[in-house]
Amino acid sequence: MYAVVTGGGKIGSNVTRSLLAMGHEVTLIEKDEVRFSRLEVEFGPSVLRGDASEIHVLEQAGIARPADLVLAVTGDDEDNLVVSQIAREGYGVQRVIARVNDPRNQVHFDLLGIAQTISATASILGLVEHEMPEHGLVRLFDFRREGLELVEVPIAADAPCRGKRVAALALPDGVRLVAVIRQGRPEVASDRTVIRPGDQVLAILAPGYEDALRRALLG
Amino acid sequence: MKAIVIGCGRVGASVALGLSSDGWEVAVVDVDEEALLRLGGWRGRFVVGHGLDTSVLESAGIGDADAVVVATNGDNTNIVVGQVAQKRYGVARVVVRVLDPRRADFYAARGLQTICPTKTAIASIHDAVSVGVPAPGAG
Repeated sequence: MYAVVTGGGKIGSNVTRSLLAMGHEVTLIEKDEVRFSRLEVEFGPSVLRGDASEIHVLEQAGIARPADLVLAVTGDDEDNLVVSQIAREGYGVQRVIARVNDPRNQVHFDLLGIAQTISATASILGLVEHEMPEHGLVRLFDFRREGLELVEVPIAADAPCRGKRVAALALPDGVRLVAVIRQGRPEVASDRTVIRPGDQVLAILAPGYEDALRRALLG
Repeated sequence: MKAIVIGCGRVGASVALGLSSDGWEVAVVDVDEEALLRLGGWRGRFVVGHGLDTSVLESAGIGDADAVVVATNGDNTNIVVGQVAQKRYGVARVVVRVLDPRRADFYAARGLQTICPTKTAIASIHDAVSVGVPAPGAG
């Protein structure tokens, strides 16, 4: 596989090292001279100095082969967005993964169709939410491209849904319960599954159905 | 008619003043409050903040803006802010300054109205050198 990685900070350099160790071909693009010199000592000809949002730099990196994978992981969201758009729309790169540094910019990546994004801040917040659920729902995973999300709902001792079968919950069309985790053991949910206090319920939601699920389970 | 100018440097400030004297209602956005000094005794709206911040764009009135000009000193910022104005807020006329000619062409081909001062400079310099001189290879 041929990968182009833009931005040689902690993420870019570690990903490059791992991909090279896995036997992949990688070009890492870094614009800062000092950082570039350090990276060159380790990665030799696999590092290229330049501004990755300049098309001729991407071409020099071989994006037109085309690359199988582009990882836009600089510390600048606008740069990552532009590199992703050029890779996808200009060179038909099928797999583009972009880093979102400021989670408030996630909406812009979504708007411009950059569906595969990673955000350290969002991941950490997700873990915090998992440890301290605030509104009853814990978001486990976003299927951004598909527009679905996987959430977990811890069922408290006094939750209105306790003792009810899934079929009796009157869930709207945008909600499917997929599994119930009881005392650490998962069980695929069916209409006959009975919800009990202490369960962790996993559900798939279409956008905007968080409140409907919360009402159905937690009242 | 309402316009928003994002980026109040030499270009943005002059564009804002020009549109304003043409009778447009102009709001100016810049990350630096001091940029207001470029506008002299500006009586229009001035919002301090980044053009990618939707709350900044909204308080500048992007909801009912007829035109948005994006001229910060970052090409990629301008390209992204321009697309947000166009696609998220449906602004009919969005004009974006992009210094890099190739990126300007790339996004122009995708429906963004880009203005590339570098290309204009290249053409003017070429013309200034060539005027009245037969091309050396043409003889």
